[in-house]
Amino acid sequence: MSAKVLDALKAAHAGAIESLETQHGDAIAWIKRDQLLAVATWLRNDPAMAFDAPVFVTCIDRLDWKPVDVPVGVPVYPHSAPWTDESGKPRFEVVYQLRSTTHRHRLRLKCAVPEHDARVPSLSSLWPAFNWQERETFDMYGIKFDEHPDLRRIFLYEEFVGYPLRKDYPKEKRQPLVRRDDLPINPIKAEGGGHR
Amino acid sequence: MAAPSIPDASGRSLKQLVLGRKDVQDLSDTEQELAPDLMTVNMGPSHPAMHGTVRIVLTVDGERVVAGDVQPGYLHRCFEKESEHATFTQVFPYTDRLNYVSPMINNCGWAMVAEKLMGLTNEIPKRAEYIRVIVSEMSRMTDHLTCIGASAMELGAFAVFLFFLKAREWMYELLEKVSGARLTHSYVRIGGVGKDLPDNFHADLTLCLDQTVKVLAEGEGLLNNNKIFRDRMAGIGAMSRADAIATGCVGPIARAAGLDYDVRKDYPYSVYPEVEFDVPVGTTGDCYDRYLVRIEELKQSIRILRQCLAQIPDGPVMVNDHRVALPPKQATYNTIESMIRHFKHIMDGIRVPAGEAYAFVEGGNGELGFYVVADGTGRPYKAYVRSPSFVHLSTAAQLIHGHLIADVVPIFGMINMIGGECDK
Repeated sequence: MSAKVLDALKAAHAGAIESLETQHGDAIAWIKRDQLLAVATWLRNDPAMAFDAPVFVTCIDRLDWKPVDVPVGVPVYPHSAPWTDESGKPRFEVVYQLRSTTHRHRLRLKCAVPEHDARVPSLSSLWPAFNWQERETFDMYGIKFDEHPDLRRIFLYEEFVGYPLRKDYPKEKRQPLVRRDDLPINPIKAEGGGHR
Repeated sequence: MAAPSIPDASGRSLKQLVLGRKDVQDLSDTEQELAPDLMTVNMGPSHPAMHGTVRIVLTVDGERVVAGDVQPGYLHRCFEKESEHATFTQVFPYTDRLNYVSPMINNCGWAMVAEKLMGLTNEIPKRAEYIRVIVSEMSRMTDHLTCIGASAMELGAFAVFLFFLKAREWMYELLEKVSGARLTHSYVRIGGVGKDLPDNFHADLTLCLDQTVKVLAEGEGLLNNNKIFRDRMAGIGAMSRADAIATGCVGPIARAAGLDYDVRKDYPYSVYPEVEFDVPVGTTGDCYDRYLVRIEELKQSIRILRQCLAQIPDGPVMVNDHRVALPPKQATYNTIESMIRHFKHIMDGIRVPAGEAYAFVEGGNGELGFYVVADGTGRPYKAYVRSPSFVHLSTAAQLIHGHLIADVVPIFGMINMIGGECDK
């Protein structure tokens, strides 16, 4: 089932694809960052794809990725992502998991993101559930989602410094909560400037 | 209301002089009106209906909610960071603390993702699979009983809360006999379950189910046609099927909105294909439908449990694979090879081959998934939990829009946000 989706994706958007693979039955498509929004829009709207249900967004930090005893046939990252920029290999992978309620197939989109330019287009306009999940990814990894309507921290407080799920953030690190008084009490009211 | 001016003694009542405010009849027409500004009200985190873990900054027009900024995170422990530093087996106690109302399902989900990465999915002994389904369905019942009981209590039906928690306690006692812990079971293992079911489990569970059926009937009798309950629930917080899909809703909330998505049916796992059950689907998607769907799911869980008790085969409860199974204690203490294997197993962890996988189960609140990237060592390189509560809570701002402040309570109750799972 997953191969069918990947074949269709390849036929329609060959230019946008970095690579395609299947791991343990999960279909994975690496998409170029500048084409992500177009591919995602097509995946949602095309009747043969109909990926109407969002599942999750997250990010992988490959900073100290050193796999051991890799089984035959499993791609070793980041070799499966030939896309590199002038700074070398991209550090982050933003992962989108999608599901189709009509066809029941699933697809994982991946987008390689370098550290010095950690941003991807937001898909929250296509799938509203990604609004909070992109905020979570921003909170934990510091990935900026362009055109996101409300990119604030969600689990942590606004005063928090750093991104805790990055591999270079020590697990034992603690930081005191230093209050900042310039933050609005009610962000909705503050930005709207009154509703009447 | 205008600020009180400095009182002059002439023509003012004692009340005005002492308290600095006027009687209603003394107010001018403009003063009698409420201030036209929208008001900001903090609901939570220290609010009994917010479970102590969520803050909603409400913008209200009188009693009506104009906007709500939902702020989770008060229970954030960074489950994912902790998991990256723990072995695959050590993550089980953390998963217990995700959805702490149905920990067994989380255990199963975590075991399944590791098994998927190791290619063990179809190797698990039948008896272990049946035990997993039994404990999962019992956990689903505790989850739904808590959700309905607590929501009913928040609307004033305290008796239902006591009845349902009584039934939940029977389940917990049984699960304690099975796993050794009342709440944080850590019972499921990669490759099977920790130990076999205790003696007399069949008789105990049958008795427990028979009693629970009576409790459910009592609860339904008190709630289903209760005028207060229906007025507070029906037509409140409704969601369309299309919205449920786009906002990623799953589980009872999506099913109440008419979306017949159940992981147990759509992507069958374990031995769910071998048991017969129905997936209840609502029509209106409001709080009352969510309640009805949960009640029906409780009955379906009882149905599954009875079938499992009749069908469960004898046999081992752990896969015979040296990569995941601990050597028998007898051998550990008497042979050096088993001793070393035991030591490596505990200290280095179960070595999961490099790769990535997403495995998901039907949790109490819907699709609960674990996405793991393994690098070939005993610890996950990355672990992510797709927590349904978090996704459901993101719809809360939309659901409470336009309702009264009092309606926030049933809407929030029926979303069934579990702090540990939502905040990770």
